[in-house]
Amino acid sequence: MSVLVYTENWDGKFKKLSFELVSYANEIAKKLNTSVVVVSIGNVGEEELKKLSNYGASKILNANNEKLNGLNNQAYTSVLAEAVAKENATVIVFAHNNSGKAIAPRLSVRLKAGLATGVMTLPSSTEPFTITKKIYTSKALANLVIKTPVKIVTLLQNAFGLVEGPASGTIEQFNPELKDSDFKTKVVDVNKVTGKILLSDAEIVVSGGRGMKSGENWGPIEELAVLLGAGTACSRPVSDEGWRPHEEHTGQTGKIIAPNLYFAFGISGAIQHLGGISGAKCIVAVNKDPDAPIFEAADYGIVGDLQKVLPDLISAVKELKAN
Amino acid sequence: MKILICISNVPDTTTKIKFVNNTTFDNAGVQWIINPWDELALTRALDIKDAQPGVIETITVVTVGSQETEPTIRKALAIGADKGIRVNAEPKDTFFVASQLAEIVKKDNYDIVICGIESSDYNGAALGGMLSELLDMPSVSAVSHLDVINGQVQLKREIDGGQETVEAQLPFIGIVQKGIAKEPRIPSMRGIMMAKGKPMEVFEGVGADSFTEFVGFDMPKPKAACKKIDPENVKELVNLLHNEAKVI
Ligand SMILES: Cc1cc2nc3c(=O)[nH]c(=O)nc-3n(C[C@H](O)[C@H](O)[C@H](O)COP(=O)(O)OP(=O)(O)OC[C@H]3O[C@@H](n4cnc5c(N)ncnc54)[C@H](O)[C@@H]3O)c2cc1C
Ligand SMILES: Nc1ncnc2c1ncn2[C@@H]1O[C@H](COP(=O)(O)O)[C@@H](O)[C@H]1O
Repeated sequence: MSVLVYTENWDGKFKKLSFELVSYANEIAKKLNTSVVVVSIGNVGEEELKKLSNYGASKILNANNEKLNGLNNQAYTSVLAEAVAKENATVIVFAHNNSGKAIAPRLSVRLKAGLATGVMTLPSSTEPFTITKKIYTSKALANLVIKTPVKIVTLLQNAFGLVEGPASGTIEQFNPELKDSDFKTKVVDVNKVTGKILLSDAEIVVSGGRGMKSGENWGPIEELAVLLGAGTACSRPVSDEGWRPHEEHTGQTGKIIAPNLYFAFGISGAIQHLGGISGAKCIVAVNKDPDAPIFEAADYGIVGDLQKVLPDLISAVKELKAN
Repeated sequence: MKILICISNVPDTTTKIKFVNNTTFDNAGVQWIINPWDELALTRALDIKDAQPGVIETITVVTVGSQETEPTIRKALAIGADKGIRVNAEPKDTFFVASQLAEIVKKDNYDIVICGIESSDYNGAALGGMLSELLDMPSVSAVSHLDVINGQVQLKREIDGGQETVEAQLPFIGIVQKGIAKEPRIPSMRGIMMAKGKPMEVFEGVGADSFTEFVGFDMPKPKAACKKIDPENVKELVNLLHNEAKVI
């Protein structure tokens, strides 16, 4: 038996979420008296792979094959299905992100394994396997029972955190069978920014809404983000207007994020926006309208003009960093 | 080409969510809508059809659900879909729904099947993937742009920090998200009139397994009241974030 984890790398480095998934799987493995096996697809160096052992990976299956460059839903499903069979996995853990959502449902059908998506905690019981997930875009919670012998879960990012728990972390080359019939889609072009903090990975996020008035006013938001090592985000109208790129749009119809700290400048706090940020550990709102609904979701709030508060905040953070 | 769009009937996104005895969703007074993604998918399909008359033969929409979902299918017809299908079955879980939809896809030769990335009710984000596996069809998820050029589909897929251009062989399943269309089309008066005459087929559901079961619902814990800080004293905020919340 084992608990299997699908990890993802970003240009050869694991994202924080991969370590979180291994930490999470390790806790489940303890409950089941078994160990964690990790599958890594792509070109990742030995030293980087070894880092997974700090969070509880006993074995790391390294599938590094050029044919697997670029996500291919069918081929990746086959790779994981082979790993599950080989390692006799009874629980499989993915991140609840684009790739998890692409592969986990296919694997669920292939293995006849029940799937719980967007889970936020460890199972409250393993027999029956009962787990909590958010529904209605975080407006409610549901307890779900997976009835099949093999279970698949996708974990909401930042819902669990990192837990160190060193394990042996034996690296094994994994050469799964690749069938031509699995390659019916092809990535023909990649266009991505590198070096920027990924919104989904950011511990702190600085976000602006329509109250920012124009895309040209984003300088202070970016400055604050750089100071804090934060990612930047925005509300939907902001990206619709083209003030900010689409990948920054958070909310029900955008990205769902769960940073430790979320700053909302000039965001009213519409229910669809809150759906994307309610997992944040701490929310700070700056809005000139004392009745803005964002204050109901916020932990700290300033009723005031963001044009004035932002520069003051930047100086105060600079001062803190200087000490 | 024939396009099939899977639409899910969900409570309006502003609905106040309540449960009866923590076991059943309270649908008193709830307004039902087409799941936002599915509405955008339909909009995009219509845009393609309008731009290339003759290339897209039909756009069909399908829902798995009881008779109460028919107004939602009618709305999709009013927006411009050519045909509606309802599978008369109460959704048990995503695998069950996917099994029903797989039967519908097998009945007709659709070139492109489109699902939304997730339903705004149970946030499964799984149906499109399950359906593609049941049908052994290629799928591309997180699709933010879809075009038909010379009988081929061209896609953009969102990845962390950017986009990929992906080509897929037909038939194929596109799982679509933000960007696929900007604003949903709204039914016109003429569309509403025409919808009344459009075909709506009803099929009985097939027997299928369910892998999962909801056993109870809860509301998230209410948040503690927001601490207000004087706008003249922003330093105090930084102080609290550093010493009290310990987040910076
Ligand atoms: C189906 C559906 C899905 C949606 N999905 C999303 C989603 O995923 N994400 C999302 O964000 N929205 C979404 N929306 C839109 C959502 O309903 C709101 O319209 C949107 O979130 C509002 O954005 P905003 O807060 O930036 O703008 P507004 O609501 O216009 O708020 C601007 C705020 O800025 C404040 N302000 C103005 N000037 C200043 C100043 N100088 N100083 C301080 N404060 C100031 C104002 O008091 C106001 O509260 C969705 C809507 C629908 C119908
Ligand atoms: N009952 C249903 N009938 C038809 N399509 C559905 C149904 N439920 C979900 N879908 C489709 O599957 C997508 C994702 O739903 P889900 O996996 O349930 O979050 C939706 O956007 C719809 O396209």
